[in-house]
Amino acid sequence: MKRYRTTAWIVLAVILVLSLAASFVPGWSYKEQHREFINASPSLHFLLGTDALGRDRLARLVCATRISLLLAAAAAMGALILAAIVGGMAGYLGGGFDRATVRAIDLMLSLPWLFLLIAARALLPLDASPETSLLVTYFLLALLGWAAPARVVRAGVRGFRQSDFVLQARALGCPETRVLVRHILPNLRPILLAQFWTSIPIFILAEANLGFLGLSASEPFPTWGNLLRDLQSPLMVRPEAFAPVAAVVLAVLCFKFITPWGGSQV
Amino acid sequence: MIRRALVLTLLFTASALAQFGGELRFCLRADPKTFDPLMVDDDNSEAVRYLTNGVLLRVNRVTQEFTPELATSWKVDQQGRRITFQLRHDVTFSDGTPFSSADVAYTFTRLMDPKLHSPEADPFRSSSDVPQVTTPAPDKVSITFGAPVSGVERLFDGVAILSARSPKAVLGPFLVADYKPGVEVLLARNPRYWKTDAAGRRLPYLDKIHLQIQGNRDIELVKFRRGEIDLINSLDAEVFDQLAHQAPTSVADAGPSLESEMMWFNQAAKAPLAEYKKAWFASQQFRRAISEAIHREDIARIVYKGHARPSAGPISSANKFWVNTSLEPHPYNVASATHRLEQEGFVRRHGVLYDREGHAVEFSLVTNAGNRSREQMAAMIQQDLAAIGIRMTIATLDFPSLIERMTQTYQYDACLLGLTNVDLDPSAQMNVWLSSASNHQWNPSEPAPATAWEGEIDRLMRAQASETSAAKRKQLFDRVQQIVWDEEPFLYLVDKNSLMALSPVLHNVAPSAIQPRAYWNIEMLRKSTESSGVR
Repeated sequence: MKRYRTTAWIVLAVILVLSLAASFVPGWSYKEQHREFINASPSLHFLLGTDALGRDRLARLVCATRISLLLAAAAAMGALILAAIVGGMAGYLGGGFDRATVRAIDLMLSLPWLFLLIAARALLPLDASPETSLLVTYFLLALLGWAAPARVVRAGVRGFRQSDFVLQARALGCPETRVLVRHILPNLRPILLAQFWTSIPIFILAEANLGFLGLSASEPFPTWGNLLRDLQSPLMVRPEAFAPVAAVVLAVLCFKFITPWGGSQV
Repeated sequence: MIRRALVLTLLFTASALAQFGGELRFCLRADPKTFDPLMVDDDNSEAVRYLTNGVLLRVNRVTQEFTPELATSWKVDQQGRRITFQLRHDVTFSDGTPFSSADVAYTFTRLMDPKLHSPEADPFRSSSDVPQVTTPAPDKVSITFGAPVSGVERLFDGVAILSARSPKAVLGPFLVADYKPGVEVLLARNPRYWKTDAAGRRLPYLDKIHLQIQGNRDIELVKFRRGEIDLINSLDAEVFDQLAHQAPTSVADAGPSLESEMMWFNQAAKAPLAEYKKAWFASQQFRRAISEAIHREDIARIVYKGHARPSAGPISSANKFWVNTSLEPHPYNVASATHRLEQEGFVRRHGVLYDREGHAVEFSLVTNAGNRSREQMAAMIQQDLAAIGIRMTIATLDFPSLIERMTQTYQYDACLLGLTNVDLDPSAQMNVWLSSASNHQWNPSEPAPATAWEGEIDRLMRAQASETSAAKRKQLFDRVQQIVWDEEPFLYLVDKNSLMALSPVLHNVAPSAIQPRAYWNIEMLRKSTESSGVR
């Protein structure tokens, strides 16, 4: 298992480094339309061929990889911070706040998030730049994705609240905030890490769903979801158009292997 | 000798019989909303109406000329206020009852009944007076309108003649035999259909039509490839090319259709846009510059794989009579576009275009989500405009949101959509060109024409609508097209071709740019095991 984990780390690191390095290659543009080379087959000039508008598929895939990996991680971090605050407070304070939080979590988890995202995306001003639309998409993912990790964090905090070391700290007159921040939070680290690594592939797939529906970043920005749109007419697809599928599957698998499913660690 | 003659006779008879029979199968995208031929307002109901009902006259979908059907002749007089039809003899409904002027009178009276709210009736309402129908003889009927109706003949192409005696009897080549909601509509041959072929044999050749209800276009394509359906009436360019590559005999490109793609800038007075943007969009030079910066030929070549051509105006070349042939599509000319912008006070600094007040020229283009062709077109326009320093963002919206912005909130800068003319006559476009019209998309429902040229279009459109001479109407409408070309309230991009898939076993097909493209001559279509060759 450790071998798989190491391999996954290496694969992800290589993908990320290459995608970051590619942004420094001069003249390699993800948006330039080579209108004389539409739907070109893979060649030395275009290693993955070109799309229907003559854009370099590889350049778009590399850019999409960079965007999807970095922003999914950022969104996961955002969701986790929210989850830690809400779940941590609910678990620690208990009482009415805890009950209200649990109801809110149940409500969030029962909502059809895809439709919520679609509705929220539609509220964006039309002249929002592609960069803004991209950031807003991931911000919304973070905003809607806090509920599941919050429940886990709350359960963890509730467990720690009754533990000996917390009772001992309280008995020594430690203020509640210090108990929470210095004694409970460090012990939550494995839970938070696990939630972080679990959330990234969820957000990658969520963006892929949105992009497939045309509701992620606007043109000409590529994301994995946007690139998957080329597969909407399955009868018309060229083999190289499946490259984004391979990228998504590979990334999600890598994150699955990286995720420290260490119940024992907790 | 006698034996040889006998064999030849048998072969001839067998070949003649082989022309008859067979089942035509194709897909409807959804259930027909109605089987009442006077209440049709969707494509699926229209298909059933076309296949099952008879009309007094028909617009030939290839020549675009009127051809007699249930009427052998007609005459328009009283300056377009009256039309008189001479009806065909020896025609019977599918139930065997004879057809007469009483049926035409019944149909028209029912059509014009205000309680019915028939969509077909509105074009006939030239005044508040109810049209008067008289039947001087069983084979003659006259309809008198309160005011002249321009091009009144063409309106009868869409009026299915009903039986005054039996609501289910029809005069068309087929009749509805069965309907399973969500599954299929089965049409059977009308054994009493009045038309015959050159050899005097009663048409139609086909025995049945099986209309499968299938909303998924990919499944429709798979069915066609498997031979489970015989035609697809409308294809995307990409699918067309792939089918053409695999089986050249199974596709037909009937040339330019009546469908075009266009974009326009929001010039609505009540639009919540910044004043400087309103000033850009109201500037003719700005619109012309944008138009010249768009590479229409590339759009036609790349997005439509060459199955479209740059558009010159509101009437495509498919409309043989009404198109203004003196107009050419605006050429792609970046230098000219830049010059026009400079004349309007725009300047370019560090690759960005600024207006005379220093605002960077940026706007958004909205279009409907899920339409790949439009999304690709928008991406191409985005790159074309970037070349002259304009930053355009693309926003794809679901259709209801888009319509809401276009018609209620006016919260958009520019819009990219398609236009389908179902009627060849310009009077059908009154709701677009009159400045007071709600479909006057760039500035809907103006209380008074906002510009002098819109005022002139109003005058010309009203004049052509009350004119009975086709030549004079053409002259007036040519001028409208010229003004639209000059002012470009709509930037017409491309006219799309009429693309369809047709099984090689179908014979006598005459692909047309006008609906119902592949089967407009349904009574003449036949199926055989022999291939009809390359279309």
